[in-house]
Amino acid sequence: MSTVLYDNPGPRARFVNRIVGIVTVLLVLVGIFWTIRLLNQNGQLEGDLWEPFVTPTYMELIGRALLETLKAAAFAIAGAVVFGVIFGIGKLSEHAWIRWPSWLVVEFFRAVPLLMLIIFIWTLNGLQLDKSFQSLVIGLVLYNGSVLAEVFRAGINALPKGQSEAAYALGMRKYQVMTSVLLPQAVKIMLPSIISQCIVALKDTSLGYTILAPGLTTEMKSIWLTFQNQLPATLVLLMLYLVVNLILEVLARWAQKKFSGGHKLNLTAVGVLGETEEEISAERVRTTHSGQGGGVY
Amino acid sequence: MDALTENWDLILSGFGWTLRLLAASAVIALIVGTIIAVFRVSPVPVLRSIAAVYVTIFRNSPLLVLLLITFFGLPQIGITFNNDIFIKTVSTMGLYTAAFVAESLRSGINGIPLGQAEAARSLGFGFGQTMTQVVLPQAFRNVVPPLASVLIALTKNTSIAMAFGSLELTFRSKQLLNEYATDRIIIFVAIAICYIVIVEFISFGAAMLERRWRAER
Repeated sequence: MSTVLYDNPGPRARFVNRIVGIVTVLLVLVGIFWTIRLLNQNGQLEGDLWEPFVTPTYMELIGRALLETLKAAAFAIAGAVVFGVIFGIGKLSEHAWIRWPSWLVVEFFRAVPLLMLIIFIWTLNGLQLDKSFQSLVIGLVLYNGSVLAEVFRAGINALPKGQSEAAYALGMRKYQVMTSVLLPQAVKIMLPSIISQCIVALKDTSLGYTILAPGLTTEMKSIWLTFQNQLPATLVLLMLYLVVNLILEVLARWAQKKFSGGHKLNLTAVGVLGETEEEISAERVRTTHSGQGGGVY
Repeated sequence: MDALTENWDLILSGFGWTLRLLAASAVIALIVGTIIAVFRVSPVPVLRSIAAVYVTIFRNSPLLVLLLITFFGLPQIGITFNNDIFIKTVSTMGLYTAAFVAESLRSGINGIPLGQAEAARSLGFGFGQTMTQVVLPQAFRNVVPPLASVLIALTKNTSIAMAFGSLELTFRSKQLLNEYATDRIIIFVAIAICYIVIVEFISFGAAMLERRWRAER
């Protein structure tokens, strides 16, 4: 592989690179060895600490909790898509009295920390335990919906103008143009962004821990309180989240290839930390410089 | 309104906590993120894969879960960070955000015109020199907007520290929401405005930097 950042290595550079590589591998091995030794010294490798995660009763509990978490994420994304469509179209409206409130709502919920929003909603719900799941989902819908509103707006704006002009020329009404011409095409471009947002929503379901909402994180806490196996429990928790997220990531990449020809939306959503943002910015940087050269790879 | 006038000192101290968490995590994130980004484009395959694994893991794990590991898991094997809440929180948030910084920076490095690195190489620069003297300074200018987004997201993420003993803005909001049941909306909006001020400040700073750096080019 050759890149422009460095020459194809000659004999000496290859030698140096190999040395650096070997030293790094050795350092990693030492790190792993040291970690295992540390785990062993503190008795963290003992069977009874890990046993709950292979015991059918607890596996079932964890499985059920995982389902709760997935349910929260699914509700959140479904609600967020509806919220996003409504406010995304609202931001595109030609009436100022629709456009401005939509803009305000979207900007507000994007700027407020999700955790604070969730706690606020839970307080309004009277801090009741049976309402905590509902509060979590509402918070996720408001936040992710606001992000998706921006995605929808950009997706509809990204369509060639000729599409809506042609539809109007056929005598379609405004809502017909939107529902039967613009939205179906825009959804195709936006699908990768929506799936990426699923990853963000799924990661954020862990915030339910702070309001004791049923879910993976809360369940794991009760397990480590019972077995005093904090480290194994938190590591298993991390693994479960990683596996689900990586599956979603593969799905997003597949959708991107299949539906939008490898292109991502070119939008400037501010304050969104997720897949979307990075890919978008990468795309933007690349497009601004495409006239002067190419990418590194 | 009483809730705000009586407790402005609490809100102010929460604001200070949030700012300190933000500043310290941002410094860690920028340093570690830059190193990871350089690893990611380096000539050594092992370094490239280490960086890729780092980014994949940290980008796909919830920050709250990482904090749980730092606060409850690691002390079990004797890693206690001197029992300092601030250091624990800030290092976790810094390492988490570093993955996002690295990704933005990598896209910035990819956006540098071919000729720049070629010219550097033809002058006899090695990889290290090409990166530090030619590519990275330009890459940082390219990625001001996405880095600002990363910092804004970090600002909002500092709220999670409230679950781990930091007395920052979200903690104060929870406290006040419980104490003043009638003024809930005012309290919520007031503390939200505190966050919005920080967010706007970052956007404004990024816009300024971008304008100045564009003029220089």
